[in-house]
Amino acid sequence: MRHVISILMENEAGALSRVAGLFSARGYNIESLTVAPTDDATLSRLTLVTRGSEEIVEQIVKQLNKLIDVVKVMDLAQYAHLEREMMFVKVGVEKNAACEAVKRLSDIFRGNIIDVSDKTYTIELTGDRSKLDAFVNALRDFRIIEVVRSGSMGIARGEASLHV
Amino acid sequence: MELTGAEIFVECLKEEGVDTIFGYPGGAVLFLYDELYKQHDKINHILVRHEQGAVHAAEGYAKATNRPGVALVTSGPGATNAVTGIADAYMDSVPMVVFTGQVPRHLIGNDAFQEVDIVGITRPCVKHNFLVTDVKDLATTIKKAFYIASTGRPGPVLVDIPKDITTARCEFHYPKEITMRSYNPTVKGNKRQVRRAIDLMLEAQKPVLYTGGGVVLSGAAHELTELTRELGFPITNTLMGLGGFPSMDKQFIGMLGMHGTYEANNAMHHADLVIAIGARFDDRVTGNIEKFCPYAKIIHVDIDPASISKNVKVDVPIVGDVKNVIVDMLEEFRSRNERPDAEALVAWWKQIDEWRKADCLKYNQDVNAAIKAQYVVEKFWEVTNGDAYVCSDVGQHQMWAAQYYRFSQPNRWINSGGLGTMGFGLPAAMGVQMAFPEETVGCITGDGSIQMCIQELATCLQYHLPIKILSLNNGYLGMVRQWQEFFYQKRYAMSYMEALPDFVKLAEAYGHVGMRIEKVSDVEGALKEALAMKDRLVFMDFITERENNVFPMVPAGAGQNEMILV
Ligand SMILES: Cc1cc2nc3c(=O)[nH]c(=O)nc-3n(C[C@H](O)[C@H](O)[C@H](O)COP(=O)(O)OP(=O)(O)OC[C@H]3O[C@@H](n4cnc5c(N)ncnc54)[C@H](O)[C@@H]3O)c2cc1C
Ligand SMILES: Cc1ncc(C[n+]2csc(CCOP(=O)(O)OP(=O)(O)O)c2C)c(N)n1
Ligand SMILES: [Mg+2]
Repeated sequence: MRHVISILMENEAGALSRVAGLFSARGYNIESLTVAPTDDATLSRLTLVTRGSEEIVEQIVKQLNKLIDVVKVMDLAQYAHLEREMMFVKVGVEKNAACEAVKRLSDIFRGNIIDVSDKTYTIELTGDRSKLDAFVNALRDFRIIEVVRSGSMGIARGEASLHV
Repeated sequence: MELTGAEIFVECLKEEGVDTIFGYPGGAVLFLYDELYKQHDKINHILVRHEQGAVHAAEGYAKATNRPGVALVTSGPGATNAVTGIADAYMDSVPMVVFTGQVPRHLIGNDAFQEVDIVGITRPCVKHNFLVTDVKDLATTIKKAFYIASTGRPGPVLVDIPKDITTARCEFHYPKEITMRSYNPTVKGNKRQVRRAIDLMLEAQKPVLYTGGGVVLSGAAHELTELTRELGFPITNTLMGLGGFPSMDKQFIGMLGMHGTYEANNAMHHADLVIAIGARFDDRVTGNIEKFCPYAKIIHVDIDPASISKNVKVDVPIVGDVKNVIVDMLEEFRSRNERPDAEALVAWWKQIDEWRKADCLKYNQDVNAAIKAQYVVEKFWEVTNGDAYVCSDVGQHQMWAAQYYRFSQPNRWINSGGLGTMGFGLPAAMGVQMAFPEETVGCITGDGSIQMCIQELATCLQYHLPIKILSLNNGYLGMVRQWQEFFYQKRYAMSYMEALPDFVKLAEAYGHVGMRIEKVSDVEGALKEALAMKDRLVFMDFITERENNVFPMVPAGAGQNEMILV
């Protein structure tokens, strides 16, 4: 099963590599990982997406908690939660027809065209994973030059939260 | 007053009550050594002959005292030489702080002379590690290092100190207390879970206590003994748990696992309740996990939540320090009116006594035949009244030491279980002897293992460490040979030790006493003679039966009850 795991950790050199190292050393897989400091600059918030049976994910959460730099861990699969990912797609639009079609698709998906050149459009799109997948799929008839995805961020709905 | 980093380093050690450290100098730690030189009356520094020895010695010290061992090594090769010992301490949960020198800050990342990223290299085999980047952080970092190493599930912590930090100055202030928002081990067991555990104990028909290194690390041997006696249940120990319960007690059914006793492994297999305390269901214990304890409910007490339900799903998890939890268990048990089912226990003990009749540790020592390693260990146990500190290397001799030296106290059996590091024994014995200068410290070793840290014989001479080395010399990498005999049709690939040195001469060359013992009738006399030399290291090279095997044995893939007996 797919699990989105949220981690609060000390914003210190090496903390990230401890988390990443744990996954490679124990043979757990990382589907995506995203990290940045929080409103409290001493803390980083990391969202990690992994796959595994309940037992494996339980062990992953325990091992994460065991890392000294990790302050708190939350397996969002246990909660009603939101998940979003951001994507940039650069598409070739050499032909006029392509310009129109790409713009239309971007609008349908509520994307923003954030950069334009003679030959390219760069679109920004936020959504859950399946929406981003669908958008990339829809662009298949055009020339996709680059896709940059941030990896998922997650947050629990309502009262549940991960904070110190 | 402002102090240099080097002065702060020594002050911190004093604040932590460190009396002995093991180390080896080099460029990056020269200022630290200079300060240790000035304050040599405060801290005893033992100069080893290889950094691996320093770390194993610190482990030996820690395992015997339950206080953190301390090692100091230089950057680059000094640090990488320490890695094996650090990994060893990690696997066996040994409290230890290792200081490594690092190149000056401005050179870090430059492939500078003797630079390695030791923090990166050791990350997967330490409980935690630090690179000190500001002298102002040095004292707090050292405080944290000792705190982390010795609390919760103990383990090694590495502190990497760049050379320029050791000369930089700042105000010295040593924090008395430390709290870390990200590190708060649970030491008190959940009361409700303790009640549930007692409920199960009162219902059980075929209970068994399975206890491990956590009992020794927690200093809970006394409490465990009390609990076991009150319950009247059989008890087995892991390799790391030996001494946690007196081996000569009638409730003790021996070690369990790959080379455990017939009665211990069968009791586990047939049990309806397994009470695991400070033991981690290692694969050497469980054998084939699919076949492990098929009928049992399991209670598991461990300070590390990650140990619980890692390999085996448990019914009653209790996170906490063994000692606290046992005290709570005793209190809860005493408060109940019910007692364990006496009739069921009688039947269970009757069954266990049947298994005991297999007499699985029996061996025949013909006086005219080659010496059996088992015999040497048993005699050593007799002549030391079971009171010695026994360090061991890794191999067949280690198993025989575990089987035939009947430990009656905790912290006396010092070996490398999790990593199984050949070369551990002699330096570990140095650490123990440093901690307990007056006690008998034995090192049971093999002809292969002893050569992995043989250089430490020089250290033993320099510091007058009168260790008694029992080399159970079979001319083979015996444990490897045994596997090859059983599972590789006797193809003895590289398990034969050609060109063994003359250990007697070798010992003498290092300034010690050497003895070669070839006859059964000489074994006891040699041991007594060696023990009588109170102030000398004696290297006893026992020429033992070459193709002797460790029994019982649970072959790979088999269930615990599927043992090879002879
Ligand atoms: C050649 C060879 C053969 C071996 N054969 C066997 C064998 O036949 N049988 C055998 O048993 N082993 C054997 N071993 C050893 C084996 O590899 C493991 O090291 C050993 O079984 C682990 O012991 P343990 O479960 O007691 O755990 P340890 O490694 O001692 O771990 C201690 C456990 O207790 C917990 N703990 C620590 N402190 C506390 C505390 N204060 N409170 C609560 N919990 C705490 C820890 O979190 C951990 O889970 C062999 C090793 C070698 C090298
Ligand atoms: C550093 C290291 N290398 C290799 C091994 C694998 N190994 C385990 S036991 C053993 C043989 C040990 O031989 P010896 O010390 O003579 O002991 P014996 O088994 O003969 O009693 C070997 C090679 C190990 N445990 N450690
Ligand atoms: Mg040998």
